Amino acid sequence: MLHEHPPDCPLSVHDLTVAYQRKPVIWDVDLNIPEGKLVGIVGPNGAGKSTLLKACLDLIPKTSGWVNIYGEPYRANRHLVGYVPQRESVDWDFPVSALDVVAMGTYRRLGWFRPVGKAEKAVALEALEKVGIAHLAGRQISQLSGGQQQRVFLARALAQDAKVYFMDEPFAAVDAATEQAIVTLLQELRNSGRTCLVVHHDLATVAQYFDWLIFLNLRVVASGPTAEVFNDDNLRKTYGGKLSLLDHAAEAIRRS
Amino acid sequence: MNWTTDDTWIALTGALCALACSLPGCFLVLRKMSMMGDAISHAVLPGLAIAFLVTGDRASLPMFLGAAATGVLTAVFTQWITRFGNIDQGAAMGIVFTTLFALGLILIVQAADHVDLDPGCVLYGAIEFITFDTVRLGGWEIPRAAVVNGGALLLNLVVIATLYKELRLSSFDSGLADTLGFSSGLLHYLLMTLVAVTTVAAFESVGSIIVIAMMIVPPAAALLLTRRLLPMLLISSGIATASAVLGHWMALVLPPLIGFERTNTSGMMAFTAGLLFTLAWIFSPSEGLLKRYTAGAISESGSYPNP
Repeated sequence: MLHEHPPDCPLSVHDLTVAYQRKPVIWDVDLNIPEGKLVGIVGPNGAGKSTLLKACLDLIPKTSGWVNIYGEPYRANRHLVGYVPQRESVDWDFPVSALDVVAMGTYRRLGWFRPVGKAEKAVALEALEKVGIAHLAGRQISQLSGGQQQRVFLARALAQDAKVYFMDEPFAAVDAATEQAIVTLLQELRNSGRTCLVVHHDLATVAQYFDWLIFLNLRVVASGPTAEVFNDDNLRKTYGGKLSLLDHAAEAIRRS
Repeated sequence: MNWTTDDTWIALTGALCALACSLPGCFLVLRKMSMMGDAISHAVLPGLAIAFLVTGDRASLPMFLGAAATGVLTAVFTQWITRFGNIDQGAAMGIVFTTLFALGLILIVQAADHVDLDPGCVLYGAIEFITFDTVRLGGWEIPRAAVVNGGALLLNLVVIATLYKELRLSSFDSGLADTLGFSSGLLHYLLMTLVAVTTVAAFESVGSIIVIAMMIVPPAAALLLTRRLLPMLLISSGIATASAVLGHWMALVLPPLIGFERTNTSGMMAFTAGLLFTLAWIFSPSEGLLKRYTAGAISESGSYPNP
């Protein structure tokens, strides 16, 4: 177990436990994530992946332990953090346009009471351009496809202009073109020194997309550079006896 | 029909109340907690009773504060039961407001039965009689109900105008709001306070049927007609105003036509809102019956074209 948490670390987690109604969902998680990495968080359903993200963002109470962002608690450094929640977490029939949603990424800099102005809309439009759907800026969000909705969420994260991004299953149910666009975007973010933590489900692509992996199943099974930790042993410890998944994984290892 | 100054005051007060209710109502509908207005309008009863028992008098201010406080408590209890009891929000609301309403009834019957604190009056109000209770304001005799509802409207306008961006964000994505430092809990209780104050201001003067109707029906109708928040607020305000004015007019005109001796203005205003909703439902550009019918005739598909 790690006991040193360097202060320049984008994310350090110390002995974090989260429990719902006395039942632990994640247990004694200890992590140091280096800067400028694409970090994949993998584990079976119910392993606590989303819970880990939410606890890092102070969205749910911690039972014990602490989380630091660049050496400070979340509250002090929230301006360094961007969040992409699961797509199903919001109501896409809500009466807002794609541009409105992306502009929400600028609200923290705006602060309380100040309305969205031209500058914020320009930032939002630029972010939409980066994800390739600037032409849909005026659309109400229910009139976008699943992939386009996911791109809106990513554009909003870009508009936040953060140093560390937490993304909850951005690849869930998107088309191949969107998946490729997200991968390119993640690489651009990494190349500009940003750190991205991404909950990911597809073991076939995990080694290809990410350069650091966290294997999570209640506890951290392994955390480290993909080349070191992506092996049969860790997959077996994380996924247990779920054989069909393991077969997928074995195939993925052969390919990588 | 004989439209008098009193009728103008009644229609105006109804419109002020409808507007005051429809503004926070838009956010309630979008947050899928439309029945909060209904819950709060019932749950304020024990607040009224306790305020009366404590002060021993029907003065407006203590009653108002007592009711508004119970209204906010309804929201707090609902939140607690939802979170700790692991119960769906609608059910939690039902538990809280029926219990509080029953407690209010018991208190009233036990301790204050001899005074004029009539539960029936609370429900359908007495908007026909508002001109008997006036206050002097800048040389004008203005019905107290118009002042009270106008005040609630002003409060809602100011809060929603200054916190438009924050309310929109926390209604759409409360998780993002929290991570950005806009406490969604704080904004939730602020909205609940607006709903409670508006409800209390309205139900005492015009009855809670208008509150319940105007918090839900105009926003729901507006949502059928637009897909943007600001137009939704404006259209909803228009429908609310029209419901109040047309409602009172119909309350005057309709009874002789259909052979009723008299009717109830509050009820008619709520009923008119329902009629306007039906029109919106038929003519909605996105999911209206008419649109569905014609779209079906052309392409056999009633849904959106896939973008």
